[in-house]
Amino acid sequence: MLPDNLGTFLSVLWEGVPETVIATVGGIALTIVASFVAGLALLSPSRTVRVISRIYVEGLRGTSEVVQLFWLFFALPILVGFQIVPLWGGIIVLGLNHGAYGAEIVRGSVQSVPRAQYEGAIALSLSPAARMRRVILPQAIVEMIPPFNNLFIQLLKSSSLLSFVFVNEVTRQGQAVLVPLFTAQSFTILLLVLLIYLVLALIITAVMRLLERMASTRLGRRPSEQARRKRVTGAV
Amino acid sequence: MSSELSQPTGEATRDWMIVFEGVEKRFGDHVVLSELDFAVRPGEHVTLIGPSGSGKTTILRLLMTLEKVNAGTIHVGGECLSHVRRNDQLVPADEKHCRRVRKKIGMVFQQFNLFPNMTVRGNLIEAPTRVLGLSKAEANARAEELLEMVGLGEKIDAHPTQLSGGQQQRVAIARALAMRPDVLLLDEVTSALDPELVAGVLKLLHDIGETTDITILCVTHEMGFARDFSHRVMMFDGGRVIEDAAPEELFTEPRQQRTRDFLRAVLERH
Repeated sequence: MLPDNLGTFLSVLWEGVPETVIATVGGIALTIVASFVAGLALLSPSRTVRVISRIYVEGLRGTSEVVQLFWLFFALPILVGFQIVPLWGGIIVLGLNHGAYGAEIVRGSVQSVPRAQYEGAIALSLSPAARMRRVILPQAIVEMIPPFNNLFIQLLKSSSLLSFVFVNEVTRQGQAVLVPLFTAQSFTILLLVLLIYLVLALIITAVMRLLERMASTRLGRRPSEQARRKRVTGAV
Repeated sequence: MSSELSQPTGEATRDWMIVFEGVEKRFGDHVVLSELDFAVRPGEHVTLIGPSGSGKTTILRLLMTLEKVNAGTIHVGGECLSHVRRNDQLVPADEKHCRRVRKKIGMVFQQFNLFPNMTVRGNLIEAPTRVLGLSKAEANARAEELLEMVGLGEKIDAHPTQLSGGQQQRVAIARALAMRPDVLLLDEVTSALDPELVAGVLKLLHDIGETTDITILCVTHEMGFARDFSHRVMMFDGGRVIEDAAPEELFTEPRQQRTRDFLRAVLERH
């Protein structure tokens, strides 16, 4: 391994980090919005609303993410006559795609809140919106955080698909810029790319753990770390 | 439907706080209540007793609009709870109607059902500010007063999970009273409590009964409490009222064999 090349590799890859981070953070933001809108719509009393949401969830979850991306970049422009900025397009595909998975997380977590909590809220004459916003969601969110952590890490890794549509994110910087120049050192280059994803994934996990602890404290639960350990010991 | 039912605010319903007329409730094929008629006067304390599955809790849940009737009508405070008039016809009440009428009614549950995402204070001021439109200051003053009354003034900023079962149930009682209900429903409120905590909660309910004019409907297995607290006791079996009498009478000289058997079984267990 040549130490002087290592500096070059890192600086070239580093140039891709902002794009990866923007795509991931933007994707996560859209995922959260899409998950809540579609997830709550799946629980709507209106059949029409439920059906529309179900079509979105199954449609995006059940088709290839790469093809969705290609469709947005290569097929849609023919139809509408203009090209979307690649990074924005990437955020849309990442967000809507992962939002389809997130909708099921939101639906499941809301349904996991005990029925007694709804009834307590009804007995106090709270409106359906207040019941959801003030009583059910704050309790459901604690349950959502761990599965959302998984989903966000998957989204981070999926952001490498944006290299297919010429976004200069980390994977493209490694695969299309460095590897052709230093083919003999592909092993090192791609290992560095993997490590960058690992570091970013660990950051996501750290943030989500923090959020989970904060949310559990608000519910007056034991710190999640202890709870987790207890659950594992109990299972063994 | 008869013309009587289409005139829900007649003289007959005015003198009564709660009126059940021909109420039927089924869960699938299982009939829980059938042709149930009874009425409760304003300020009256009525205890419902009977074997489990006899439909006592279902009556409270129908009043709280947690369940809907399959037939018959329910009136509360002269107003129809179960139905609304639309184009001169009685149709089952919608969510909007239920929300308006259920403001008169409060309920305390066996499992307390406090909101764990709020402090005790939050639990007590949420509905008064949001539903009754009280200011934060008014709602806080009411919360402090009620917590003082239930003996938990110093716990106002605690989390429900930091409280014992008995304390949680006192908070739940205060929370229901914060809405100033005309009718209070008590659904086996001491059944989930450790035995040593039961007496304190029952004493509190007794005091509330003495000092307010709230109409109280109570489902309990605490026969001693039922005897002291109630003006009337109704014995249920198979979804019907089989005996309805003052507690002194019902507990000492029950007329029905079924009531005698039930009371003997309950007293032996305690």
